[in-house]
Amino acid sequence: MQKMGKQKNKTASFSFWNWVIASIIFRLILIYFPKNLNLASRPEVSTPLTSFRRLAEGYWLKQLSMSPYAGSMYHGSPLLLSLLGPLTVKRIEGQPNHLLYSLVSVIADVVSAILIRATGKNLRLAYLRSLESLDIVQQTKASGEFFKILSPGDAAALIYLWNPFTIVACVGLSTSPIENMAVILCLYGACSRLVPLAAFGWVIATHLSLYPAILIIPVIFLLGCGPDAPPRKLFLQKNNKEEVLSKSKLRLGFSWRPITHFAFWALLWSAYVLVLCGISLKQFGGLWEMFKSTYGFILTVEDLSPNIGVLWYFFAEVFDFFRNFFLIVFHVNILFMIMPLAIRLHHRPCFLAFVYIAIFSMLKSYPSVGDSALYLGLLGWFVNELADIQFSFFLFCGYVGVSLLSPVMHTLWIWRGTGNANFYFATAMVYACLQIILVVEGVSAMLNHDRKLRNLATSKPQDAKS
Amino acid sequence: MTLLQRPVLVLLLLVTHHLLQCWIAFGSVDEEGQKQEEFNEELLLKPLPDRTVLAHFHFQSSAPPSTSNGRHHHLFPKAISQLVQKFRVKEMELSFTQGRWNYERWGGFDPIASSNAKPPGVELWAVFDVPQHQVDASWKNLTHALSGLFCASINFLESTSTYSAPEWSFPPSSGNLRYGTLPREAVCTENLTPWLKLLPCRDKAGLAVLLDRPSIYRGFYHSQRLHLTSTGSGSKGTDSGIILNQALTVVLQPIQPNGQRASMDHASEKHIQPSWSLSSIFGKQVRGRCVLAKSSKVYLQLDRGLVAELKRIHKENEKSVANGLTSENFWSYPSFELSANPDRIVVEENSLHSKSSSILYNFQVEKYSESEPLDLGLTWKIPVVWLCQSAPLHSSRYLMGSGNERGAIAISLKSTQLREGFMGAFADNERCELRVDVFQVVPWYVKVYFHSLQVFIDQQPKAVSDVIEKIHVSPSKDKVSPGMMEMVLKLPCRVKSAALTIEFDKGFLHIDEYPPDANQGFDIPSAIISFPNFHASMFFLEDGSVNKSPLLSKFQEKSPVMSYTEVLLVPLTTPDFSMPYNVITITCTVFALYFGSLLNVLRRRIAEEERFLKDKATKKTGQLPLLLSKLSAKLRGRPWEPPHSPPSSSFFISSKLVFKVILVAGLAVSWQYYFS
Repeated sequence: MQKMGKQKNKTASFSFWNWVIASIIFRLILIYFPKNLNLASRPEVSTPLTSFRRLAEGYWLKQLSMSPYAGSMYHGSPLLLSLLGPLTVKRIEGQPNHLLYSLVSVIADVVSAILIRATGKNLRLAYLRSLESLDIVQQTKASGEFFKILSPGDAAALIYLWNPFTIVACVGLSTSPIENMAVILCLYGACSRLVPLAAFGWVIATHLSLYPAILIIPVIFLLGCGPDAPPRKLFLQKNNKEEVLSKSKLRLGFSWRPITHFAFWALLWSAYVLVLCGISLKQFGGLWEMFKSTYGFILTVEDLSPNIGVLWYFFAEVFDFFRNFFLIVFHVNILFMIMPLAIRLHHRPCFLAFVYIAIFSMLKSYPSVGDSALYLGLLGWFVNELADIQFSFFLFCGYVGVSLLSPVMHTLWIWRGTGNANFYFATAMVYACLQIILVVEGVSAMLNHDRKLRNLATSKPQDAKS
Repeated sequence: MTLLQRPVLVLLLLVTHHLLQCWIAFGSVDEEGQKQEEFNEELLLKPLPDRTVLAHFHFQSSAPPSTSNGRHHHLFPKAISQLVQKFRVKEMELSFTQGRWNYERWGGFDPIASSNAKPPGVELWAVFDVPQHQVDASWKNLTHALSGLFCASINFLESTSTYSAPEWSFPPSSGNLRYGTLPREAVCTENLTPWLKLLPCRDKAGLAVLLDRPSIYRGFYHSQRLHLTSTGSGSKGTDSGIILNQALTVVLQPIQPNGQRASMDHASEKHIQPSWSLSSIFGKQVRGRCVLAKSSKVYLQLDRGLVAELKRIHKENEKSVANGLTSENFWSYPSFELSANPDRIVVEENSLHSKSSSILYNFQVEKYSESEPLDLGLTWKIPVVWLCQSAPLHSSRYLMGSGNERGAIAISLKSTQLREGFMGAFADNERCELRVDVFQVVPWYVKVYFHSLQVFIDQQPKAVSDVIEKIHVSPSKDKVSPGMMEMVLKLPCRVKSAALTIEFDKGFLHIDEYPPDANQGFDIPSAIISFPNFHASMFFLEDGSVNKSPLLSKFQEKSPVMSYTEVLLVPLTTPDFSMPYNVITITCTVFALYFGSLLNVLRRRIAEEERFLKDKATKKTGQLPLLLSKLSAKLRGRPWEPPHSPPSSSFFISSKLVFKVILVAGLAVSWQYYFS
């Protein structure tokens, strides 16, 4: 029986690697298309923060010994400039222009996928362990046959790799694959209790795009009480009933040691990053300049060029008098939801992280499909828990429809001149609604799943008695 | 009445004239060290190859540095001197232009084309004599003052996003230079009238009489310029000397008096240049000089090309005549006829780049009066075709790409056939290089990617570093400053064509930032292409060097050949201007949907949980209500009793309600207190 399982696992992993290699080849084929299929200048792919051309411009300015933040072209990190900048100009004869840079994004994607897979495996183990400790393995087995075949890690990794959004972001030379990798690195580190790695990922992700800063809450939960599990109350109830269950099997308490570790490492890494930035920007106005044109640019929504979010049109139209008010309202909207979600989902830190990522990639100032690719990939981690999510077909169709319609509306408005801004804004609106539905339904499905588990756990002894 | 008045007026003028002359003589004797304020007026007429006539009015007023002047001036416009004193302007040039100078036909190498041809709209640059940090403030004040003075919207140049500070590509290089243009400014009589008011005789006498509004605005090109330099005041107390040059350049098409348009069809007469006279192009004649002017002259210039062509024709006609042509008898050629005899003929000295030299016919306006006005006319007898000397490279600029998302600006430089001649001196050198300076300002909503700069020489892409010797950019900051690009190109002399392309993204503006007619598009100001190796100067040796003409000395200034490119019109995408309320409400609805539904999911409990919670509530109530009930019991003076479930719940609800009401009231009171 066990042998059979192993065999099965082997074939599964074999086919997994096949799929990974196929996805790499697919990307390379797309990269070899002339001019990257013009993906690099699509508004869905390159926002002012992630645009490849702006990165190249920043690097060019830096080469001319000017501040990369002179003018309002580049808004990324100076470290990215030092690492990726040279790749924007390096060319190999007879090869596509930005081959080296594209290879970096492909590698970033593959690394993210591998990390997602490892984290998914971790989550699956934790899930199985918690089921075991609740003695409800048999019941769930009957319903959840799917995850026996495809583990959530593999599913998430393949979703991430084969998601058209990820592919487009990768081929479109945006920096979002790297930002996503930092976020995943952080979650992976926290799940596998590699505190320095988690701190590194968190610091880098925050440094690159500010919003992942709120992931500190799920990371603390992850480090404090381990990966996702059913509510702790359930175990306590269970333990009250059956004292036999050894407490060593599950750590139910909240341990502060890894968190202090994390704080220490986070401080260390952020000091390190700041020092590096400071060095690279020493002659160009220093760190204040950097904060002003990266975080300041994100928070004040200065660039009003269209993207798949809703804020650009809002701030292009809103009266100047109310601008600051709405800036505060929209940013606080992200922050407002942190506490309720943390209270309600603290026992599932990975899912909490997923919800946070989905929320900020929906409400951020300059969203791109790369951000959506991240949370859609992470959605794969919860194939078991979210098996009975509502409107899943509707959501799928919605995503497909919007991603087809949005470029059409954009062409009608910008290129043909026959449409108008409202057409494109309407698709952005629909997209935002879809994401909202996904988040809301996801959270509700997760809560329902917990309820189901509790029902199973509490009803079983009664069944046995009766 | 008028008959009576006119002699009186003339008498008065004559009297003042004599008085003034006496006074000038007296003054010059009395204080020999101190020069007097001067005013000179000149008009240069020049036939152009494309059947048009160029008229270039040049008025120079100068105020020498002096202590005695104080706030009083005899001739010099007070408004200008106040401007200079107040804002400490070292040098300034303001030009209003309508139409575009045609560099191909009207020439690009002579001083008029290179320093008087201006980009359409308003161009203003100024150098200030103030510390670096005050320059911007001075500039802002200056724009407002000028906009009031000239009835133009120069005050739009106040915002930092419209002007720039070129470092070295713009000719009077200095750290305190500011440069701004308004390509869309419409120029009309309301700008000309204040400009004329600066002249001592306005347009009532002298050459300015010719400036008949309908005829000058009918022309192809019209540019009025105001250029002032202040010679630095050495010590305190003395005002700085100011030289104010006012120039008005018009290119007009002579009206054929006897319907020659019909005869244009005749092949033989097709090439005959139209004959013209002052009265036919301006509708006025010069009836004497402005009495306040020190000198008043009219010049007729024959271009180098034209002179060469005339010589050739003449040689062909009179092969028998062995003796070489001297300039003295040149005007009596049979090819054309002048309606007035010139007082002097001046031939250009050592024109370096060309075989022939241009010729000036000088007419002294003093000799003409009301009774016999100067009506200078030129009548062609035989057809002449010639070309004006153009700049070494003809520059043009255009937009590439379609759609409203991105595009590219291309500046193309094409060699002109005339270049071959004067490049001969350098051409033998293998390492011969042609230096071209490019100065380009782009508004911030045209977001230029400087790294995408590409250079093509003879249609072959070249490495940027090979061609561009020096580059200085200041990238645009959104809504703060425009992008500026200064470049020095080194092109091989034998270059046929060169092109620079640079990509840009089109920005998206807030609805308030769009001008009233947003769909018309936005203007990118002209780029300035200059050739520092070539100097557009003409040397005319005048015998009477005492009364050196300001116009001719202006011509002698060694200034590099400059040309302005076209203004580009960039259409930008517009949002829906009627939508703000809809967008605000729809977006807020979506946010409310997000917030509400997520919060609802989080706090929703299904029936079982409700029951569970209720059980819990009945088992043990929270701490706060317990304390509250204890407190209330104590207040009432009754012994506290543990609450029973059914009545207690209602009691707690009421106490909760009371608590809430108190909380809200407290908040309101504190708010009121705080804000009063």
